[in-house]
Amino acid sequence: MTDTAMTAPVVGRSLWADAWARLKANKAAMFSLFYLIAMATVCIVGPFFVPHQYTTIYADYVRTPPSLSAYPKPEMIETAMTDAVKRMRVDVKEWRQEGERVFITVTSSKPLDERNIRYLDRSDTFDNGKLESTSADGLTAVMSATIKQQYFLFGTDNTGRDLLSRTLMAGRISLAIGLLAGIVAVVIGVVYGATAGFMGGKTDEVMMRIVDVLYSLPFIFFVIMLVVFFGRNFVLMFLAVGAVLWLDMARIVRGQALSIRRQEYVQAAEALGVRSRGIVQRHVIPNLLGPVVIYMTLLVPQVIILESFLSFLGLGVQEPMTSWGVLISVGAKNIGTANWLLLFPAFFLVSTLFALNFIGDGLRDALDPKDR
Amino acid sequence: MAGETILSVKDLRVRFRTLDGVVEAVKGINLHVDAGETVAVVGESGSGKSQTMMAAMSLLASNGEASGVVDYRGKNLLTLGKSELNKVRGRKISMIFQEPMTSLDPLYTIGNQLMEPIRKHRGLSGAEARAEALRLLELVKIPDPERRLKSYPHEMSGGQRQRVMIAMALANDPDILIADEPTTALDVTIQAQILMLLAELQRKLGMAIVFITHDLGIVRRFADRVYVMRYGEVVEEGKADELFASPQHDYTKMLLAAEPTGRKAAPADTAPILLEGRNVEVEFRIGGGFLAGPPMLLRAVDRISVTLKQCQTIGIVGESGSGKSTLGRALLRLLPSQGMIRFGDKDLSKADRAEMRPLRRELQLVFQDPFGSLSPRMTVGQIITEGLLVHEPSLSTKERDKRAVEALLEVGLSPETRNRYPHEFSGGQRQRIAIARAMILKPKVVVLDEPTSALDRSVQKQIVELLRKLQADHDLSYLFISHDLAVVRAMSDYIIVMKQGKIVEEGPTEEIFGAPREAYTKTLMAAAIDETKFRQSA
Amino acid sequence: MFLYVFRRLLTAIPTMFVIVTLAFFLIRVAPGGPFNQERGLSPEIKANLEAQFGLNDPIWLQYFNYLKNLLHGNFGPSYNLPDFTVTELFANGLPISVQLGLSALALALAVGTVLGIVAALNQNKLGDYSVIALATAGSTIPTFVIAPVIQLLFGLTWKLLPIGGWGDGAWINKIGPILTLSLPQIAIVARLMRGSMIESLRSNHIRTARALGLSDWSVVVKHALRGAVLPIVSYAGPAAAALLTGSIIVETIFAIPGIGRYFVDAALNRDYTLVMGTVVVIAIFTIAFNLIVDILYAFFDPRVRYD
Repeated sequence: MTDTAMTAPVVGRSLWADAWARLKANKAAMFSLFYLIAMATVCIVGPFFVPHQYTTIYADYVRTPPSLSAYPKPEMIETAMTDAVKRMRVDVKEWRQEGERVFITVTSSKPLDERNIRYLDRSDTFDNGKLESTSADGLTAVMSATIKQQYFLFGTDNTGRDLLSRTLMAGRISLAIGLLAGIVAVVIGVVYGATAGFMGGKTDEVMMRIVDVLYSLPFIFFVIMLVVFFGRNFVLMFLAVGAVLWLDMARIVRGQALSIRRQEYVQAAEALGVRSRGIVQRHVIPNLLGPVVIYMTLLVPQVIILESFLSFLGLGVQEPMTSWGVLISVGAKNIGTANWLLLFPAFFLVSTLFALNFIGDGLRDALDPKDR
Repeated sequence: MAGETILSVKDLRVRFRTLDGVVEAVKGINLHVDAGETVAVVGESGSGKSQTMMAAMSLLASNGEASGVVDYRGKNLLTLGKSELNKVRGRKISMIFQEPMTSLDPLYTIGNQLMEPIRKHRGLSGAEARAEALRLLELVKIPDPERRLKSYPHEMSGGQRQRVMIAMALANDPDILIADEPTTALDVTIQAQILMLLAELQRKLGMAIVFITHDLGIVRRFADRVYVMRYGEVVEEGKADELFASPQHDYTKMLLAAEPTGRKAAPADTAPILLEGRNVEVEFRIGGGFLAGPPMLLRAVDRISVTLKQCQTIGIVGESGSGKSTLGRALLRLLPSQGMIRFGDKDLSKADRAEMRPLRRELQLVFQDPFGSLSPRMTVGQIITEGLLVHEPSLSTKERDKRAVEALLEVGLSPETRNRYPHEFSGGQRQRIAIARAMILKPKVVVLDEPTSALDRSVQKQIVELLRKLQADHDLSYLFISHDLAVVRAMSDYIIVMKQGKIVEEGPTEEIFGAPREAYTKTLMAAAIDETKFRQSA
Repeated sequence: MFLYVFRRLLTAIPTMFVIVTLAFFLIRVAPGGPFNQERGLSPEIKANLEAQFGLNDPIWLQYFNYLKNLLHGNFGPSYNLPDFTVTELFANGLPISVQLGLSALALALAVGTVLGIVAALNQNKLGDYSVIALATAGSTIPTFVIAPVIQLLFGLTWKLLPIGGWGDGAWINKIGPILTLSLPQIAIVARLMRGSMIESLRSNHIRTARALGLSDWSVVVKHALRGAVLPIVSYAGPAAAALLTGSIIVETIFAIPGIGRYFVDAALNRDYTLVMGTVVVIAIFTIAFNLIVDILYAFFDPRVRYD
């Protein structure tokens, strides 16, 4: 007897380990998982590496199309130079470009000095302005400045803000709201559903009747009203979204809780005299976790869509903060003139939603005990 | 009356593509069916007996494929085109299935479904087909056939649905009727009626019947010839009489010996009374609610009295819906009930959950379904020691582990398996785990709720023997709930027969089996135990 | 059956009551009012208007007055468009929204069902995979992305459709909105249909039908399809509700004067009566549609009997 007790027991393979193995074998889900991690990393870290602030306005670069090469383009230099010089209230006599610098000869009715250079530096196109030489009367001067090399990989928006940094910032907001509101919905749903499922009887009946009534409310309309009337702040935003989406979760959890309660292994535990707490801890929670995890991954994209939907209507996140919904809304209004404003944010949003969907499907296939 | 061979299966193989790779369910078997004879294909679950016939009828699931030859009167059914095949299926060879509840289309009336194959195969007009459908319903002895034509399947009982299935299968006067476990899902008395009906129809119509079954009782009473299958192969074949008289293959011998045998002696008259119920009543409320009227009251257990002595096994017998499981649970106070329940000298009638808790270790329960009764996310060690957490909370983890090892050894499982999960075990092993969970607490009374019904015969026998050994070792008292009379007879010394919540008859086992008094008990016994043949082969 | 409908209508009353009450007080608790925004209204005119519309009465009195009017089918005047009553606005907007919604629903059910059947009958083959891909895309890409992309492609690039506007109901103006509304629903219906058809084809009574030698047509159409359509029937209710939600986006993007667009404007302008009216109308539609669907279900499934 003691001999056998000493031999190390064989390690079993839990359903979780099984599920993980199956998920790993699912190429679409694994690819999506990596994609999502990459997307989250890029959105969180990316803005630190993009040389533009998402709020910085480049007056010279309004609605600049996306390009892999640096701005300004040759034809833009003259425009930018003329603009800057116009602001100095002087006239251009001639100008030339030598390598990375432009040399401008200007004339004026008033004497020219160092102060005029500031206008060049203020422009988004030039940098390191220098007064090369001044004529004797001070009315003609040669100025030079480096051409500031700027990259706008995704182009810029209507006010000349870099779309790349805005898209990444928007991603932070959309993903954060997705996750936070998702958690809000899951917490409310699980607590409510589990309570109804366990109390059973009259309590369950009343609680589920309330859910039924809430279901028949035109909820989108209520959310819109909430958001319109109580201001458009971030916290309210995901509270509203989370508060709408908990209903499904509550139904699923209640159904699961009821069916787990009816399982023979719970009856067996009751026959052993296990207390309610032990039953919940050892039997209900571990068996409930699967459906909750699956539903959570399917909930996050719903939340992101709902947030984007509200932002699209101008009811979500407010300027200068931004989210994918806000960007897509701007893009939709400018499809005729600047379609990149729609295409980049839409691609980010849609690809993220796809990834989340594939992960959700993969998890469902992996965790679904139907195969057992 | 063995006629010419009409169906012959040669080197049939059936493979299924699954996630774990290709599984070969049938591994090159040969069998044949002669006109008018009854052939039984016998095997336990997973033997490939059903898949053989499914393949012959081209009814395999979409991930399955069959190779070999299935020759029906010169045509290879496996290579026949769809429309040619459909001239044989339902016309010359037809089939009935195990699940009468789901085998009929729930959305069409019985009449509609009966007439469809008749019109398809014989091209009759609507009115002619309707008359034919009526005739068939009369043939399978369905009362009030005129009205039944307009009924939907859900309005009929399981036995009646199986009769309708038979009527559909026989609608076109087939050469061969394949019956795939046609009575397994039915109650014993209904089983006997259906088998009798099949025998009678065969006499009348003269078709051959292929019986796919795990039940040797049916084979013995029904078949001319037998094929015994295991792991996708035919291990033995022969005339039924000869095979039963002198089985050749070890597996056949094992199957024949798998009928649980032995009898249990009654405990001494002086044995103390352990558990006693007086006029126990359980009621369920069904339906009711806002504007739906008052709920219906269903009396599942109706004033039943039971006295269980030490070392006694009381068998509680009844068909589905008789209230036998409910009674078992009510006696353990797992369901609210009326009436008096005593355990030893304690009155349990008013005990609440907290008061019951310390008594739970002495009153244990083992369930029917070895798959549902073990939590899928706990290891076997955790499952069987859960009761110790409640009743001996002072035990250290190490001591609990030691107790788990002892319990596993006692039920004949290797203790090394205690960190494995339930899904890694077979049905029989799982039932052993469930028994270990009850035994680790050293109980006095165990309610066994159909503990062997979900298991193959050969495994059943092992579990019966294990339960007997445990009873002898620990002076246990059992309440053995089952619909399987053979097992009940082997296990119990006293029997209670229940029907619709009431006791029909009770008494010592030998009396009940030897000389049943009530008509219902007699039908029950005749259906299950009687060895007379349903049909006499020529 | 009659009793069932009666019972359902009876239970709809408290639901409607909750909706109306919740919406009413939600609007009133909110800061701001219909006349105190940057309208350049002088305080006297504002006071006059508020008195005229009874906005100075105690809130509970306003509430009961509203309920009373509502029971008489009177939604009140629009505060923001003072020349119109809410009823008049609905008379213009509702037919447009309903027309778009029902066309989209019909299209979604028809196309989705067919795609689902095609996929199920070709399980794990090319046809199946293309339907799955389409369905995944359709249910993943939000309406407010589909709509501008349709505008971009069909309106601007290929110049096949007008970019927006109602054009007094010219059919060419409806294509874009209906397509946008129905695409996500087509996807969902196709997925649902595929799943239920596959399950239906696997069921035991289909095996029976095959064993009886019935033709493929009878097996698939008569026996498998009818059972498989049931989940689609019960989905029609939620689908209609989803289309009403979608109408907000579609009407905004395509500049269509339906009630979805009214709603957003009305909410922004604190047009109490118009907001309330929209909520009530949409709730009635949702409830009615769910009831119709449930009744329809009983015709498809003899096991369901409402009594």
